[in-house]
Amino acid sequence: MTPPPPGSEVHAADVTAGDASTSIERTSILVYEGPVRAWHWITALAITTLAVTGYLIANPLPSVTGEASDWYVMGNIRFIHFAAGYVLAIGWLVRIYWAFVGNHHSRQLFKFPFWKKEYWDGVAWEASWYFFYRRWPKKYVGHNPLAQFVMFFVFTLGMFFMIITGFALYAEGTGLDSWQYALFGWVFDIFPNSQAVHTWHHLGMWVFVCYIIIHIYAAVREDIMSRQSMISTMISGERMFKDNRDD
Amino acid sequence: MSSGIETFYDVMRRHGISRRSFMAFCGLTTAAMGLGPTFVPRIARAMETKPRIPVIWLHGLECTCCTESFIRSAHPLVKDVVLSMISLDYDDTIMAAAGHQAEEILDEIRETHKGNYILAVEGNPPLRDGGVYCLPGGRPFVDRLKEMASDAQAVIAWGSCASWGCVQAAKPNPTQATPVHEVVTDKPVIKVPGCPPIAEVMTAVVTYILTFERLPELDRHGRPKMFYSQRIHDKCYRRPHFDAGQFVEEWDDEGARKGYCLYKVGCKGPTTYNACSTVRWNEGVSFPIQSGHGCIGCSEKDFWDMGPFYSRLSSVQPFPIEGNADAIGGTVAAVAGGAVVAHAAASAVKHAADKRDIKNERQARADQNTNG
Repeated sequence: MTPPPPGSEVHAADVTAGDASTSIERTSILVYEGPVRAWHWITALAITTLAVTGYLIANPLPSVTGEASDWYVMGNIRFIHFAAGYVLAIGWLVRIYWAFVGNHHSRQLFKFPFWKKEYWDGVAWEASWYFFYRRWPKKYVGHNPLAQFVMFFVFTLGMFFMIITGFALYAEGTGLDSWQYALFGWVFDIFPNSQAVHTWHHLGMWVFVCYIIIHIYAAVREDIMSRQSMISTMISGERMFKDNRDD
Repeated sequence: MSSGIETFYDVMRRHGISRRSFMAFCGLTTAAMGLGPTFVPRIARAMETKPRIPVIWLHGLECTCCTESFIRSAHPLVKDVVLSMISLDYDDTIMAAAGHQAEEILDEIRETHKGNYILAVEGNPPLRDGGVYCLPGGRPFVDRLKEMASDAQAVIAWGSCASWGCVQAAKPNPTQATPVHEVVTDKPVIKVPGCPPIAEVMTAVVTYILTFERLPELDRHGRPKMFYSQRIHDKCYRRPHFDAGQFVEEWDDEGARKGYCLYKVGCKGPTTYNACSTVRWNEGVSFPIQSGHGCIGCSEKDFWDMGPFYSRLSSVQPFPIEGNADAIGGTVAAVAGGAVVAHAAASAVKHAADKRDIKNERQARADQNTNG
């Protein structure tokens, strides 16, 4: 009986001895359950749509000519904005529900361990990784402490801010008797007037633009340089670790 | 008359207003308040039977544009009737009396109609330095206001000064000009903002309170819903151009001549609650947008700090003049993008260096093993 060829334990149809010599064993953990992943991509699409249409609402496209009755440019842009806003808001509600029924990673967005020293040590450590002080980052199943900081203070609070101010502004169109006004009219007690709410809602859009730049960059960078998978995790839900070393 | 109490109708007749004019007034007022025709006899009956309620009109820190607007109420009839209903014994601008004689009238009405008069306030009290920046009759206005409000049935805050503070309260508000509702806290304050408010809105509010003996339904900010529940934008006759995407881009362009939407040149109609686009001004002749100029949002709180008037986006304090949301957000996003590119480049260099080091270390270990 001949011994099995080297690398055959990989059990891939086309594996070669060369491939097998570089193979390493990897562990994988299911982090993001189906609804979380679906929510992520729906929200990504909604935010993109909202940012583009929102910018165009504040800075409309060049005027069209001809009869007003032949066109509905601004009307359509605003409709898309409002529709995407509903998608975002309903998605957010479902996501909050999932934080109650999903796994513990699904709750990380809504918690901030402000009083835990280990957490802040972790933030400092991650920051040092981003300032190139470390050769290897630490491994995390969920968000790393620095990511959690940004997720909570920029994304989670930002979502609440944008959804609440967005619906308050929408309520101006639906009127004082609408449920939107009943639920979100209190926003106008905080800001001096509607124009100020518009300004802050618009600034919020820019916060999300900056967030998206950093979020995508960090995901790509971590996917390449860290010891775990990033981008594919939000597609398959599996967090794959590239090594099983201890820190 | 038989009961010995003077009613509104008695007062009007005394002022020489005919029965016919009186009924016409009731019809006009009913329409202005958005009530059905069945309310005409009810208003008439109320005015015939209810005792006249005096209205005291105080002036604080203001420009008198509210009074100027009020006495130009669209239909002269409305003005005459309403003015005759109001106790003209005291209104700085149009009363006959002057000096101590005039001031005594205030005290007299406060005594004789305790808890039964309406206090209409135009302007606001400046509170800094004990209120010395507004001294009608030699006394700080804030004292007079509190005194008169304490025995009033309700307070009407005329205009943006009394309602919100207006331009004298603009940053940094040197005299600490303070809206009426922040000084008078124990009485209902009904806000009728605008700089000035529309004359018909003012007369209708007074008439409503006098005839129905209650305040009209107010929104969360204390403004009568019947005039302030919708934005100018919601009923603007140029709204179809907004929805179509047809804007005035420059003041002398084709769009301006064709009457396109003034949104891009700073019209605050979309964020301003008022009745200008329906009631209009000067006997319904026009209103700012109809005259080709955007709304400046004069009936909104802090409108004076929400400039510029001629751009859609407001300046964001405390950033420089051109610091609107796009300028700030765009700059921050560009910085973030630049930082990401720089960080990515540094990361690539670092990653390559680390890889080389790891390779070298491995090689060194391997060499050691073979040598050993």
